[in-house]
Amino acid sequence: MPAGAARGQDRVSERWPISDRSAAAPFGRRLLTVTGMDELGAYRVLRVADPEMSESPPAGRAPVPGQFAMLAAAERWGGGEDERPYLARAFSIARFSDGEAHYLLEDVGPGTMRLCELGPGDRLWVLGPLGQGFTVPQDSRRALLIGGGVGIAPLAIWQDELAEKDIPAQALLGFRDGPRAEGAALLCAAQVATDDGSAGRHGLVTDLLIEQLEGDEHATVYACGPAPMLETVRAICATRAIPAQLALEAGMACGFGACYGCVVPRRGGGYLRVCVDGPVIDAAELDLVEAHAGGAGGTR
Amino acid sequence: MTVEFCGLELAHPIVNGSGTFDALAARRAFGAALDEQFPFAAYVSKTITLEPRAGNPPPRLWETPAGLINSIGLPNKGLAGYLAEDLPELTSLPVPLITNVMGSSAAEIAELVQACDAYAEIAAIELNVSCPNVKTGLDIGADPRHLEQVVRTVRERTSKPLIVKLTPNAADVAACAEAAQEGGADAVSLINTLRALALAPSHGGMLSREPWLGGRTGGLSGPAIRAVALAQVAAVVTRVEIPAIGMGGVSSATHARELLDVGARLVAVGTASFRDPTAGSRIARELDSPPAPVHA
Repeated sequence: MPAGAARGQDRVSERWPISDRSAAAPFGRRLLTVTGMDELGAYRVLRVADPEMSESPPAGRAPVPGQFAMLAAAERWGGGEDERPYLARAFSIARFSDGEAHYLLEDVGPGTMRLCELGPGDRLWVLGPLGQGFTVPQDSRRALLIGGGVGIAPLAIWQDELAEKDIPAQALLGFRDGPRAEGAALLCAAQVATDDGSAGRHGLVTDLLIEQLEGDEHATVYACGPAPMLETVRAICATRAIPAQLALEAGMACGFGACYGCVVPRRGGGYLRVCVDGPVIDAAELDLVEAHAGGAGGTR
Repeated sequence: MTVEFCGLELAHPIVNGSGTFDALAARRAFGAALDEQFPFAAYVSKTITLEPRAGNPPPRLWETPAGLINSIGLPNKGLAGYLAEDLPELTSLPVPLITNVMGSSAAEIAELVQACDAYAEIAAIELNVSCPNVKTGLDIGADPRHLEQVVRTVRERTSKPLIVKLTPNAADVAACAEAAQEGGADAVSLINTLRALALAPSHGGMLSREPWLGGRTGGLSGPAIRAVALAQVAAVVTRVEIPAIGMGGVSSATHARELLDVGARLVAVGTASFRDPTAGSRIARELDSPPAPVHA
């Protein structure tokens, strides 16, 4: 993966400059082929051949860690439970290598259920990479990657890039139970906590975070997971003045700023669109990660 | 297949529905390709109000069978913010700009229209009349007599083409179209979203069910409303002389052609753009090359 700085330089001449936090998506969704669907405990890893995303700079479609894509099965999208799904679904890019994008799936609704059914050779609509990704720690801080459930996905590609940049990083991952905790294999050398104690520490991933910070506060926190977890991470970091970047989930119709559906309240008033202002948002921009920040009801 | 619309020469008959495509956000997401392959023959802005609006509290979306209920609440920078910040950026789009405005009284709408009239970059003005009247609480656009009065007041403030976006939540939409024409509108556009409700998931108890959306009710769009749109457009075009922009659930050239065949001059694409931002150009292309040409 090219360094963010190099990516920025490559784009200087463009009419509409793209920040280091985002690679511009090809305009329009593209019909791609599923190359694999791997089981990972309670999750699935969907692998998709994506030659356009893999173009190297200056065309520069390689995703920035934290960016996402909108996915929809090309066949039988609709006609599931309650005659849904209709809209595409947003997924973090979990990994990207050798022209293949990986997405972590959990069957939680008619959209994710249909995507989980896909197998090699099936076709998929993909729009992306979209949104703003992570930025590297400042002041020689180490990186703490805090993931919850299926939200561990963007931390995997971020861990890869941090390793390439020789930035020390420790992953702390929380899951509901043992089958979900098998998802921890997506990252390297992760410490795990489970709600039911069936794998790793019996407790919350935020307990692991507090322990880490008690050992050494000189860190930048990167977190993705359910809203209550993100809110706890935000509060822990806020009281200790530790920089935190939160990758938010939100039900969204489009993924590129058109629908204004995926908003979260911004500190000081107004709203941020998770799709174009995020999904990675500086925790200092938020007063609170609200419980329904997922807003995903009806769009899962 | 160029089309004449209120004196504007458009490259094809496909535009966007107001509030369904943010060209400035799309530039951030897709870079220069957005301008190079702009999907619409004219660009209709999100609704602009006099004062800035943050919009409704989330959740704002609910997926339905073949559709979407939204309760966005018209977030926008307000008139001054739009003119100062967005308009200069929108001016460089390769297509004519139609600015959509909404106010809660004739005077407020007139102020918005008069301000837009001063800008040569704005090719036409669309009135969103799906706004409750501050005095009566009724949607301005749902009451033909009130609508005619409002359009007449606003008409005096601009020589630009004036399009009235009709609400489908009215007893007699064709009568509202007639009223708009009588008041001096140059065109009508329809349909706006249909008022709709989604309930938060039940947790099994006997407690009362709450609305899911932060704005409580919302507007239904997507394929679910296409047949309603076709019926309302067909009814309206038989009652008015002025051209109509038809919209509602269009996601293919077949759907667009149906609206054109019943008499719409232009067709707007809305929710389909959420699934594919290039839906507009795909539909325009397909319209241009009929599937089975009989006179090639």
